Amino acid sequence: MLHLIIEMFSYPFMVRALLVGALIALCAAVLGVTLVLKRYSMIGDGLSHVGFGALAIASAMNAAPLAVAIPVVVAAAFFLLRLRETSHVKGDSAIALISTGALAVGVTVVSMTTGMNTDVYNYLFGSILSMSGSDVWITAVVSVVVLALFIFFYHRIFAVTFDESFTRATGIPAGTYNSLIALLTALVIVIGMRMMGSLLISSLVVFPAMTSMRLCRTFRSVMISAAIVSVVCLLLGLVISYLYATPTGASIVLCNMAAFFIYAVIAKIRGLD
Amino acid sequence: MSLLKCENLSFAYDGVTVVNNLNFTVEEGDYLCIIGENGAGKSTLIKGLLRLKKPSAGTVEMGQGLKATEIGYLPQQTQIQKDFPASVREVVLSGCLNRMGLRPFYSRAEKARARENMEALEILDLQDQCYRDLSGGQQQRVLLARAMCAAQKLILLDEPVSGLDPVATRSLYAQIARINEKTGITVIMVSHDIDASLRYASHILHLGQEGQLFFGTQKEYRRSAVYHEFLGDRAVPMWKHEFPNRSGRPAPRETVEPTETERRVQIHSGKKGLHRAGKKAVEQADREKTPIAHDRPSASESGEQGDKM
Repeated sequence: MLHLIIEMFSYPFMVRALLVGALIALCAAVLGVTLVLKRYSMIGDGLSHVGFGALAIASAMNAAPLAVAIPVVVAAAFFLLRLRETSHVKGDSAIALISTGALAVGVTVVSMTTGMNTDVYNYLFGSILSMSGSDVWITAVVSVVVLALFIFFYHRIFAVTFDESFTRATGIPAGTYNSLIALLTALVIVIGMRMMGSLLISSLVVFPAMTSMRLCRTFRSVMISAAIVSVVCLLLGLVISYLYATPTGASIVLCNMAAFFIYAVIAKIRGLD
Repeated sequence: MSLLKCENLSFAYDGVTVVNNLNFTVEEGDYLCIIGENGAGKSTLIKGLLRLKKPSAGTVEMGQGLKATEIGYLPQQTQIQKDFPASVREVVLSGCLNRMGLRPFYSRAEKARARENMEALEILDLQDQCYRDLSGGQQQRVLLARAMCAAQKLILLDEPVSGLDPVATRSLYAQIARINEKTGITVIMVSHDIDASLRYASHILHLGQEGQLFFGTQKEYRRSAVYHEFLGDRAVPMWKHEFPNRSGRPAPRETVEPTETERRVQIHSGKKGLHRAGKKAVEQADREKTPIAHDRPSASESGEQGDKM
């Protein structure tokens, strides 16, 4: 077992996947706490479908996947946020409209150009092998920026999450911070999509937060616990994926499910909930 | 210049007016209670004063250099907060954010301020507990402490005691009154509880379905027809509030002479009051009498709404 793990990390692509994956997992977990508490969990899912559409178009045009996907998904995130605030189309149905629409565009583009090849399969279900070249660097830089912004605005993000109208009423630009949350979410979704796949990336956002909220009672402890759970599950998922040749994204989600049940059982035993 | 001045203020949702033509002023140190039936637009008015909702007509003027970052607010609880993992300290501290500019983290001064307010509201020993595990009264005190952290000149409270038991209600009212007296912070409160409003408030704004029914001092309000009509048989003459009847016998009804203000309100609103002793007679009296002394001359110019003080 041990020598297998040592062997696993002798491959440079595995080390890359681990480092980049850990950064993504951290970002997704801390943002996920805010999104879950703001009842925005499904936005991550919707955005990842938009990301799939963008990636399909990028590969059809032979463009760098992330360079196309990032601006498109960021734009979609702002659009969804605006729609929530103003329109008569309510939150979850708006997300359904946009995500299925984007998926349809993506599938159409794929079938008209390359057909269902391995690339497309990887966009849907993720692959550690897809983490290479410039993508790794973009991912690393973006996730460090996301983490830095999140830490810098941590207290304000708490305030708009806990009570938006109070925050607005006391003279803090809540709208700006909502936009910031949307921007960070879009970035995390796009960079996480290569590894996790567009169908599974939202689990990285939702699971650690939900798991931690079984046990933790303060915002900060939920954050810290979510970050740890997320990184540990990623690590275990990668190992399992390597050992049993299972898809990376799916293995990480399975680990997250296990963590959720463990936390839930502990909560039950301790008499919380 | 008053702290807040509202002129012909109206609010509408989707084109339907819910608050119509309000005229009132709030001075520094006042304790204003906004009362009225459900659906009279009390919460909407609070949102309007906080600039969370744009007026459909009229203006809210902020005087004396009042900025949004000097206002505290105690909103009605939202669904999200009921299962939100946050410690009492985290919630109270977030009230300090509006004085921090772009500084990312709390300084010692803000932590001290949060601590003082938790101490004043007797929740310091709860500071590490989870907000959602607290009782309703404790939660309201946490939100009041947060509002106090944000407030430098003005604090707005939207039904702070709804859902609280009598003991918690009394203690919260006492704490709000103490804040008003000790720190001189102006209080504007929406309330269903007319007895408490009369006991603590310096001014009353009474909203009805068709707009403003009364604005003036609390003493004047007790003499007003609006008050007597609103409470019906529960209306207690003024001296009863000052010397509560401890024998348990029902208080004798007394007819109190209507004041100038209240006569005008009756005429203005066109409502049938208890003392509808004939509009003509009142108007006659109005013409003959010299205006009563206003204890606040600044507001007396907006003629039509004579109920201004």
